[in-house]
Amino acid sequence: MSADTFPKLLIEQAGKYGSGKVALREKDLGIWQSVTWAEYFKKVKYFSLGMISLGFEPGDKISIIGDNKPEWIIAELAAQSAGGFGAGIYQDSILKEVAYIINHSETKFVIAEDQEQVDKILDMQEELPGVKKIIYYDPKGMGTYRSDLLAHFPDVIGLGREYEKSHPGEFEKNVENTKSSDVAWICTTSGTTGFPKLAMLTHQNLISMATNLGRVDPKFDSDEFVSFLPLPWVGEQMMAVASGLLFGLTINFPESVESAQADLREIGPHILFSPPRVWENICASVQVKVMDASFLKRAVFNACVPIGRKWSEYKFEKKTPPFYFTLLYTLAYLAVFKPLKERLGFTNIRSATTGGAALGPDTFKFFHALGISLKQIYGQTEISGISCVHKNGDINPDTMGEPIPETEVKISETGEILSKSPAVFPGYYKQPEETAKTVINGWLHSGDAGYLTPEGHIVVIDRIKDVMSLIDGVKFSPQFIENKLKFSPYIKEAVTVGHNRDFIIAMICIDFGIVGNWAERNKINFTTYTDLSSKEEITDLIQKEVHKVNKGLPENAKVRRFVLLYKELDPDDDELTRTRKVRRHFVEEKYGEIIEGMYGGRDSIGIEAIIKFQDGKTSTIKTVMTVRNV
Amino acid sequence: MGEGCVQEEVILKGEQLTLSFGGITVLFYVSFNVKKGEIFSIIGPNGAGKTSLYNIINGFYKPQKGKLIFKGQEITHLRPDRIARLGIARSFQNIELFKHMTVLENLMLGSHIHIRYGLLKSLLYFGPCLKEEVHHRKRVENVLDFLEITHIRTKPVGTLPYGLQKRVEMARALCLDPEVLLLDEPMAGMNLEETEDMARFIIDVNREWAKTVLLIEHDMGVVMDLSDRIMVLDFGEKIAEGTPDEIQRNAVVAKAYLGEPGGAVLEK
Repeated sequence: MSADTFPKLLIEQAGKYGSGKVALREKDLGIWQSVTWAEYFKKVKYFSLGMISLGFEPGDKISIIGDNKPEWIIAELAAQSAGGFGAGIYQDSILKEVAYIINHSETKFVIAEDQEQVDKILDMQEELPGVKKIIYYDPKGMGTYRSDLLAHFPDVIGLGREYEKSHPGEFEKNVENTKSSDVAWICTTSGTTGFPKLAMLTHQNLISMATNLGRVDPKFDSDEFVSFLPLPWVGEQMMAVASGLLFGLTINFPESVESAQADLREIGPHILFSPPRVWENICASVQVKVMDASFLKRAVFNACVPIGRKWSEYKFEKKTPPFYFTLLYTLAYLAVFKPLKERLGFTNIRSATTGGAALGPDTFKFFHALGISLKQIYGQTEISGISCVHKNGDINPDTMGEPIPETEVKISETGEILSKSPAVFPGYYKQPEETAKTVINGWLHSGDAGYLTPEGHIVVIDRIKDVMSLIDGVKFSPQFIENKLKFSPYIKEAVTVGHNRDFIIAMICIDFGIVGNWAERNKINFTTYTDLSSKEEITDLIQKEVHKVNKGLPENAKVRRFVLLYKELDPDDDELTRTRKVRRHFVEEKYGEIIEGMYGGRDSIGIEAIIKFQDGKTSTIKTVMTVRNV
Repeated sequence: MGEGCVQEEVILKGEQLTLSFGGITVLFYVSFNVKKGEIFSIIGPNGAGKTSLYNIINGFYKPQKGKLIFKGQEITHLRPDRIARLGIARSFQNIELFKHMTVLENLMLGSHIHIRYGLLKSLLYFGPCLKEEVHHRKRVENVLDFLEITHIRTKPVGTLPYGLQKRVEMARALCLDPEVLLLDEPMAGMNLEETEDMARFIIDVNREWAKTVLLIEHDMGVVMDLSDRIMVLDFGEKIAEGTPDEIQRNAVVAKAYLGEPGGAVLEK
């Protein structure tokens, strides 16, 4: 492949496939609308020229905030073609964060999906002096807006068509000028302080990552991919943008966030890459459906799942199962797993991967039992999202797989995982000190503690700063215990504490939907999350789940006491990152009183807390949490 | 609110409407003018005659006295289906949908008055019938998209939460593509977030789709925020009419609500 930047790749693919193959597909008004490669190219071209005619210059930046829609990717490529780049912003970011990203990246044009997003930007106009245009693509509710800042997406494309008449060949010249060492895109990563860090990724970074990943996990131009995870996330950029352009995948965009699951089922994708949360949710929803099913169905399901698990263990150990067992599994597959896969829309899946955080081994095995060959991806935003992956036929649920081609991974003297590849980023935008701390002599410091197995697989223990030891010196990984707890469909989030303590405690957040459902079936009245989580019956229920988990843990690492938190952990309260990882130290500090109470031997802890809503309003909550011993 | 879209043209006019059941007078010489493009709210204590007035407007009840004029044409004695065809659609206070049918089926049915083909023609599916079906489906899909309920398109209405059912109820009325939309307590029983969504939809229907909206609602914050003009009924009589500001300062209205002057109820 000669093309070394995304705009060049687009021209190449558009030339190869023309109007004979679908590049993007979007469900609109209930119908899948297709955009061929030729149309895709034209939209990027004219949008790029349209932006130029509105004053976009090489080196300028854009910010995009909105749901996954073709316009998102078109705008991204258009900015690159015009010699600029930009950043995506998570829609659920609080306003302070949105303003920070726009200002820190010196954004000139904001691409905002709809009225809701446009309102956010317009309201902050005075804080955002650098923003010269806001381009929206969903006109609903926008009819009465009168602002010189605003422009409608198709109108900008129209401007581009006009501009071309007076400047023929300019787009092609611009694309010719793009270099592989240019920054292609900025992905935000959660910083240790409140604000995200802006990691720059070059065309070379992203293309080499996609190429090398493709060598171990091949993709073909006949593959369908459904883009439903936030595009600001590096994982979605890896697949929907980088791999999509490189391999000529068809990228599908669901109608709305709520309908994503149903739309995915209609498409039946070949490739699926999701963070653990998505896999955990699917697994939990299957378990809930089974609980609600008739006795017979439940019995069949419960009989088949252990067979599937056993089958996956044969695969992990690379053994050939005995003939009678193959037969048994085939029966179980036909009776349960195949229809279940169809139900989930997973029939065509060839490449299923998880990444972004550790997925609990129980969930991992569940998908293998279904016959979906789920693989772990390990990597950071700073290495374009990936350094290691499981190879087909060499999958071990306890490891993160092996380095992809052109990638070296080693363990430092302090036990930290370091990696080096052409995909390592050039630095954080305007934060050289942070960059210097992260990349030393070309080695990316992950901050993860881990080791290499004799087979060359990488094992991640936990974040270095999170690995804990009990007072008697026993080391434990909180994440490992938490993942075990989270396998219970009733438990949404868990935080374990025990560093330099006598024993381990857990603060647990129940899954409001599933536990609420359970409460209704058991005739327990409740009003809010806080109310539900303070019910004795619910505490009993979770106690049983914790007890089950404890059985599988070594004596020293058992959870001795737990409480059900009165609220869900939320990124808006800085308790989770935007990709929904627990900010452990922050949480421990915030709930210090509860933790001390639990170690202090108290049986109940009264709490009065202030809850912050998205619109900035606050309200006070008063409740009592019961501490349980297990 | 509603700046710029209200026109001077009167689209719906009530003249001296009087309705009684036996000895009970429900409406007593009520007159009003609704201007094209405005949000016109009707408020009043329980039993004031608000829903009865709606029932007269869409032809369920026939008033003993008075006239109802829609776009210059008298419609007082027309059948409900004729009135719907002329362009007045309504959503109901208590949800009146087919619970076992999907959202899409309910809405397709809701727009049946626009269907031109007859029974015989429909036996031959292809050709004009198919074309019409496609056309209707498109209209229905636009409404689904507009009210942000595409994700429940194929769900049976009975399985949906109340707030969404209310939205489907409004969607069904919109599928008739009316000029005047009568909304009967669209926010009743909704939480704060659902209420705000609904308020936004009403504003959008009014401004983007240029529909004249008549609104009965008990949530005074909503009424005061959305309405161009408000009419107040009390025991079947019209006691006031004016902009939200005027109504909030009106002593008679305060008395009707509180039994005495000084109307805290009407504060936002």
